[in-house]
Amino acid sequence: MLLQSLGYTNLNTMLTLTINEDRYDLDIDPQTPLLWVIREQVGLTGTKFGCGIAQCGACTVHLDGKPIRSCTTPALAAVGGTVTTIEGIKNDSGELHPVQQAWIEEQVPQCGYCQSGQIMSAVALLQTKPLPDDTDIDDAMSGNICRCGTYPRIRKGIQRAAEMMVIAPQKKKAIDG
Amino acid sequence: MGKWSRRAFISGGIISGGVVLFGIAIRPGNRVAKVAPLISDTNDTIFNVWLKISPNNQVTVIVPHAEMGQGAHTSLAMMLADELDADWNLVEVLEAPAHKEYANYALAKGYALGDLDFPSWLVDTIDGVFLTATQAINLQITGGSTAVRTTGKFAMRVAGASTKAVLLEAAASTWNVPTDELITKNSIIQHPKSSRSAPYSEFAAIAAQLKQPVKPKLKMPDEFQIMGTNVQRLDIPSKVDGSAKFGIDARPPGLKFAAIKTAPVFGTKLKSVDEVSIQNMPGIRKVIQLDNAVAVIADGYWQAENALAALKFVFEEDGNELIEQSDIFKQFENDMNNAIKNSAEITDFQKGDINAALESANHIVEAEYRVPYLSHAPMEPMNCTAWVHDDICEIWTGSQDPLGFAAQIADALEMDIDNVLLHNEFLGGAFGRRAFSDYAIQAAKIATEVPYPIQLIWSREEDMRHDYYRQASISRFEAALDNSGAPTAWINQYVEKHDPVEAPYIPYAIDNQYIHFIESKTHVPWGFWRSVDHSLHAFFTESFIDELAFAATKDPYAYRRDLLADSPRFLHALDTAAKKSNWDSPLPDNWGRGIAIHKSFGTIVAQVIEVEVLEGRVVPRRAICAVDAGFAMHPNGMEAQMESGIVYGLTAALYSEITIQRGAVAQSNFHDYPVLRINESPIIETYIINGGEQIGGGGEPGTPAVAPALVNAIFNATGKRIRQLPIRLHDLSTKELSSKDVA
Repeated sequence: MLLQSLGYTNLNTMLTLTINEDRYDLDIDPQTPLLWVIREQVGLTGTKFGCGIAQCGACTVHLDGKPIRSCTTPALAAVGGTVTTIEGIKNDSGELHPVQQAWIEEQVPQCGYCQSGQIMSAVALLQTKPLPDDTDIDDAMSGNICRCGTYPRIRKGIQRAAEMMVIAPQKKKAIDG
Repeated sequence: MGKWSRRAFISGGIISGGVVLFGIAIRPGNRVAKVAPLISDTNDTIFNVWLKISPNNQVTVIVPHAEMGQGAHTSLAMMLADELDADWNLVEVLEAPAHKEYANYALAKGYALGDLDFPSWLVDTIDGVFLTATQAINLQITGGSTAVRTTGKFAMRVAGASTKAVLLEAAASTWNVPTDELITKNSIIQHPKSSRSAPYSEFAAIAAQLKQPVKPKLKMPDEFQIMGTNVQRLDIPSKVDGSAKFGIDARPPGLKFAAIKTAPVFGTKLKSVDEVSIQNMPGIRKVIQLDNAVAVIADGYWQAENALAALKFVFEEDGNELIEQSDIFKQFENDMNNAIKNSAEITDFQKGDINAALESANHIVEAEYRVPYLSHAPMEPMNCTAWVHDDICEIWTGSQDPLGFAAQIADALEMDIDNVLLHNEFLGGAFGRRAFSDYAIQAAKIATEVPYPIQLIWSREEDMRHDYYRQASISRFEAALDNSGAPTAWINQYVEKHDPVEAPYIPYAIDNQYIHFIESKTHVPWGFWRSVDHSLHAFFTESFIDELAFAATKDPYAYRRDLLADSPRFLHALDTAAKKSNWDSPLPDNWGRGIAIHKSFGTIVAQVIEVEVLEGRVVPRRAICAVDAGFAMHPNGMEAQMESGIVYGLTAALYSEITIQRGAVAQSNFHDYPVLRINESPIIETYIINGGEQIGGGGEPGTPAVAPALVNAIFNATGKRIRQLPIRLHDLSTKELSSKDVA
């Protein structure tokens, strides 16, 4: 910003980003928030703009598996790392992630605008806490606002996804074993 | 979810580009002919403006309402599909184009007829009159919790049933058998006697030529197959993988992005702009001056925002910049005090003789309540994509009123409405906000200045500071109680009445009532906010009735019960909520329980909220909700709407406050306009009562009773009566004489 206001017209640099396992060579200002690079240059619109100041979580994506607010993360910070967006969490055969399946089964979304961010936060939570309790859910999800008030269903959705990912396979293993 | 064909709209012809429509009865005055090119692009058979059947037996329901999370697309499709005996797995939804043939005449009819049934000989006249009237005012609104109870009732179910009737007639003549020997199920017609069966699509072409009954026999509730069940919402799969398209996701070729700053003080104009201040900044395309705003177009949105932040500009001053929030409340107080002297009093509702009741009163109770302005703050900030090309203005946005938007854009651009082509996408929250077209008109005006499409995105700060606000208000009460503590007079004076009319009215049997209001205009723009006037009046009336119960040393649930003895529907909802909450069971220290009941949009909602007050901090723990909407079309969806309305109401009651500072809105983003988060969200239990009365709305009625149930619970926990929202303004770190100690 400062350099620009002093009269520098072009601060663009070639950056290479890896998003959902695809490589993008981009000629951009490295300070551009990752959110806008994902939505405008890369063209993946599932990640949403909500507040611009990391207050609402609608823009949540993963950088090296950890949830970040892409609206306040400069693109430069993602160079050399791996970015995952809502479009990148299906498995290799195109099946929905258990969190996405659980979201359908519990009929979580209403308007749906915040849900990409909610799902990305939930996926990250289950990677670190496969069987989260209510406090774990509160800690991981309180950065994601939902104005439609889907919180009770988000809670159920996470528990159902955990069941799908951990408990059901264990039971199956016990039976099979 | 399908979208209608833009190409078809532009061509404007009946048949074009290799698209062949068959089975359309093109008669003078037949609306189907006018809409066929908008809703069809395959070999579909169009039965009426709401329904088409494809050769693969797919049924497409055309819904004239926006989907903003309330589930309207699914509920309306269910109503049509059920009457049609359609296979739900072969049903899809297409949102109706913003075209005058899709004006919400059913909505107008529902209002005008007061939901009463009407004689069949009147149907043609009524349809004709309302269709003309609603087209004339470009009415295509999603609001007022009306989708199911008007469009669903007057359009969807009738369309499904009358189409089934002609399909049966066509099958009967094809097979040469009596109609009453035929059975319809899962989009198949069967003739058991001859063991024949065929899909609907086989008879579609013949059936579409037949005259459809205008008042077909509709199913009785015990015949419902789809209505009243929990089918999965049709819009949800696209909302879990990022593929759902909202207004902000429009990507026409060559798109540029625009950021805007509108005059912070409502009503003031742009004075001057110094474009030189940003001329060397990267990616900038153009600076656009509007009447009351300045916008920057750039290759990317972030570039546009940065340039706008650096741009030097001045807005005019017209005196409004001197207004403070305290001035507004002072004005309300003065206007209320002077109302009788100035003959500015407007009677809202009156019965009995309040003066006699006051004179003979054993006890008089008075109270004054206040509520602040509120912003909608939907998750998707206002945005609109516009492209002026080939003599048309093409628009992509999320609107609660697409046809109205098209008409207003046409006016602003001095174009014919037929040249405004509006694509209504999913709405990322609305709550009333997206019924106002200001952002779309801005985008359209900006687009007229450049040859490429532009996407105007409001920053969160612009969104919060240029809303149409739920009004701030003051409400004053005076009540007379008799020896037993029962109210004999109810007097209420408040500031500003909007809509709906009945919002301030109480369900309680009180013989003498005088409800009146004053107008007290401010420069702050008013808008529909989830449940509109109900959002404030339920807080006022249900808090005050609680105060009367306390004054009468009665239990607040029992006190309401006595006053609702002759209103069985209210009583049932109230009893359900109280019973499910275990009303009489003891609570831990610092916990309280509050109750409230309110009817809005034809639906009665009773809520009990349990709260813990922890070192002055209010933590809602549990919300029990009993809802009687007559019949819940989609019970799981009704529960979702109650959860949604409760969380929305809790946010408003606990936190929300828009204040005016130097004429402008002081708040800007979620850090100073906080909203409820998951860690603050209570356990919510919803109990549905299918009372069998006229169907009521679902999107709004969950909100009104929340604030009073919550402050009543806080009173129960702390003995402190909160009469001004939001609750966070109050110090609750100490206790007063608790209602528990009294009751």
